[in-house]
Amino acid sequence: MTTTLPATLRAPFSSSGASAIDAQLANRLLGLALEAGGDYADLYFEFRVSADYSLEEEQVRTLGRGITLGLGVRVTKGDATGYAYTEDLSWEKMAHAARIAGQIAAGGGHAPVDIAIAAVSTPSFYAVPRPSLVVPTPDKLTLLRAADKAARAFDPRIVKVQVTFAESIKEVLLFTSDGRMATDIQPLIRFGVNAVAEDHGKRQSGSGGGGGRYGLEYFERAEHDAIAHGKEAARVAIAMLDARDAPAGELTVVLGPGDSGILLHEAVGHGLEADFNRKQTSNYTGQIGKQVASPLCTVVDDGTIVGSRGAINVDDEGFTGQRNVLIENGVLVGYMHDRLSAKHYGIEPTGNGRRESFRSMPLPRMTNTSLLAGEHGHEEIIKSVKRGVYAKRFSGGQVNISNGDFVFSLSESYLIEDGKLTAPLKGVNLIGNGPDVLRRVDMLGNDYQLSDGIWTCGKDGQSVPVNVGTPTVRISSITVGGTQA
Amino acid sequence: MSGAQVTEATIKELCDIAQQAVELAKKAGAEDAEVLVRDGSELTAKVRLGEPELVQEAGSRALGLRVLKGARRAVTYTSDLRREALESLCKETVALAELAEPDEYALPPDPSLLAKEIPELDLYDESIADIDAAWALREAKNGEAAARRHDKRVTNSEGATWSRVLGGTAFATSGGFVGGYRGSYASLVVEPLCDDDTDKENPKKRNGYWWTASRFLDQLEAAEAVGIEAARRTVATLGSRKVETQECPIVFDPEVARSIVGTLFSVANGSSFWRKSSYLIGKEGQQIAAPIVTIIDDPLIPRAPGSRPFDGDGLQTRQNRVVDKGVLGPVLCDVYSGRKLGRPSTGSAGRGIGSNPGPTTSNLIMQAGSVSREELLRQTPRGLYVTQMMGFGFNPVTGDFSRGAQGFWIEGGELTFPVSEVTIAANFDEILKRIDLIANDLQLRTATAAPTFRVSHMTIAGTSRS
Repeated sequence: MTTTLPATLRAPFSSSGASAIDAQLANRLLGLALEAGGDYADLYFEFRVSADYSLEEEQVRTLGRGITLGLGVRVTKGDATGYAYTEDLSWEKMAHAARIAGQIAAGGGHAPVDIAIAAVSTPSFYAVPRPSLVVPTPDKLTLLRAADKAARAFDPRIVKVQVTFAESIKEVLLFTSDGRMATDIQPLIRFGVNAVAEDHGKRQSGSGGGGGRYGLEYFERAEHDAIAHGKEAARVAIAMLDARDAPAGELTVVLGPGDSGILLHEAVGHGLEADFNRKQTSNYTGQIGKQVASPLCTVVDDGTIVGSRGAINVDDEGFTGQRNVLIENGVLVGYMHDRLSAKHYGIEPTGNGRRESFRSMPLPRMTNTSLLAGEHGHEEIIKSVKRGVYAKRFSGGQVNISNGDFVFSLSESYLIEDGKLTAPLKGVNLIGNGPDVLRRVDMLGNDYQLSDGIWTCGKDGQSVPVNVGTPTVRISSITVGGTQA
Repeated sequence: MSGAQVTEATIKELCDIAQQAVELAKKAGAEDAEVLVRDGSELTAKVRLGEPELVQEAGSRALGLRVLKGARRAVTYTSDLRREALESLCKETVALAELAEPDEYALPPDPSLLAKEIPELDLYDESIADIDAAWALREAKNGEAAARRHDKRVTNSEGATWSRVLGGTAFATSGGFVGGYRGSYASLVVEPLCDDDTDKENPKKRNGYWWTASRFLDQLEAAEAVGIEAARRTVATLGSRKVETQECPIVFDPEVARSIVGTLFSVANGSSFWRKSSYLIGKEGQQIAAPIVTIIDDPLIPRAPGSRPFDGDGLQTRQNRVVDKGVLGPVLCDVYSGRKLGRPSTGSAGRGIGSNPGPTTSNLIMQAGSVSREELLRQTPRGLYVTQMMGFGFNPVTGDFSRGAQGFWIEGGELTFPVSEVTIAANFDEILKRIDLIANDLQLRTATAAPTFRVSHMTIAGTSRS
């Protein structure tokens, strides 16, 4: 199965495009980039078409569309990077960017060599037969209306609904001075519903949504259809109307399957990105082979999950997406690498070198990060808790890589009393220390779920789409940041 | 590299492009069109452990177009500014607008309301454009070296980064507005790292930072001073620990105080009001904060980071009192949200390339109090002094606020040991009303700014009470 696109959605630099970039031209640019003595250079061409739609107050309010085109040139010399980019793909501008990036190596010049460039054979984790961008707009607006209607119909106390749909196709073409050429077409969709409920002066909001590297066939599965997302947003908003103040202090916390992976992403994921370890700025520096989590925990970063938001056929440095085990039965076995860190550690890159766009250099980044399943039933885990918090939905998180402290925000949670879910709790944060919390994981469910594609990860000002997954997780004790001391 | 200079001629050129695009959109069938053009360049120079780690240098241009046809609208953007590319963009945008539903509120402002004069706010420093990568690397290196020299407990570094952005903005509308301006901004941040072996079982790294920033080169603090302050702040966090769960006074350092002011804006703007996404709806003219709190949004301060001579609708900008002695003023509105609420714009529209206008802040400033920071601390027998917050725990609809915090424990009016891994929580309404002391240490390094202030009590969640 392959992706076929009309000419308007193909990059001008692709082999069929108006200003095709071939290996010969790439060779000349790489030669200029290395003229001042760089060790390595790459060229990253990107073409991105995106569109977004928003419906509010039962009306289609805004339609938007944008096109981005550019080239990023990177040159490295030792651990130093020179980076430049241009949106103008004329020879002079590209050559200028190559020279500017190359200045990082100023000093020992050498004559450019002729590089034998070979195409990287890429897998296909998101072959979309019909990208949503080629589907007529009215078909997409139908989905927005269906979600809006479903949310309103859910309960008369729903007073506001906003539905958004964003879609994009990104085409990349990469050449490296060690002879790699890679090309990829990356579709991405994201559907979101936000509902506000109002009852006797009390107001609450809820959200639902999903997406991934799919076309509109994503909506054909019942749990993913527009109506289901609309209902889910309304359900959360209504449920939260009865929310009471959350407790403050250390409690047992049970994390629901799926979205809870965001805790994993914050608590351990970032600390295992190899750049932080290469620079010895992470808590996990020098911990390979050591017990860093409860023996129940096996953590995997997997860029090969078909259709998932974080899937990548090829990373932004020319290495194919891979499944990498990071922690096995609680023992740290590996980091996520980009070229620079892989070279430092003397190992093969792991397919985690990603960048937001041609305007930024690649960094080691997560793809789809999961905590694998255990053996307990979901109910069994809830029943085991005398007093605690059940965390069902999350609105985001943040970590301090150096000391491992993380915070993550619950948008839907419940008090657990005597093994049963009782009152919904107002929005609250959990705060903990990554290594510390992973040691306190004492039960894992057999109900692993991949989250439904809504996460975007930020690092050094660069955003990339990612995904997360977990089973039900019990943490014996973590600080809950409520107000009821 | 003087090629980075944004000149008056550049602004004129951007204005011409914007006006041409308005004409092309009208030719393509738009009844109204608004065009924003930006031209910017960046230089980032990062040093780590004395060696260059990154030099990034580039310029870029982009154009954002909003068209209206029969009150139907569409918004598009492109980085391809060639005439033929703009022609086809205009046609596509008009076609896209035809698929939207009409929204009378989205029509452009009445031409009589558009800004007639564009004040000169002195936002651009040519000497920043003259900085080259070598100079920037040297500054970064000096900052980092000062931090490492200052205290031997600084064992590692996340680096030091000197960066600058230069930009030109032009905006033109079919209602007859055309205007442009240029701006510059430079900064240096130093990020030292320490090894913390206080807890032998679980040794940690402790990071910290300090920074300087300004639109004018000669207003930047010296690199060495920035490095020394960064080292002092980082070393001070060694041995951080949790404290017990309790209610107590919370003092916000300016670094986090401004984020409280930013959070207030997220619920004190016309967009959050008509979307019913604010706990402040219906409270304009009422006491929403302690009477000592005054917060002003002022776009007309010369040389300030958030100043702008006209807004994203093409209206004249003006000072707005968002909170006056604790009373909520009219919330900040652009034309659209103002119409949705049945009132005029406050001249607060912001607009990005490829987005609809919406209310934004310019220089949003909590006014300084009269006591010094030292005096404020002296008057605080015990409590938590917060220097950093983490996470996004704010619900605009209910005002529930809970965020991760780190800082120092206050005992006997002095900072004692460092604290981390706790959260602070209260309803935002309570936080604002409980502000009982404001210091006089206001600085305008950032567009949103506040002095040190104290909240009489909030809940700290930490260890269980023994």
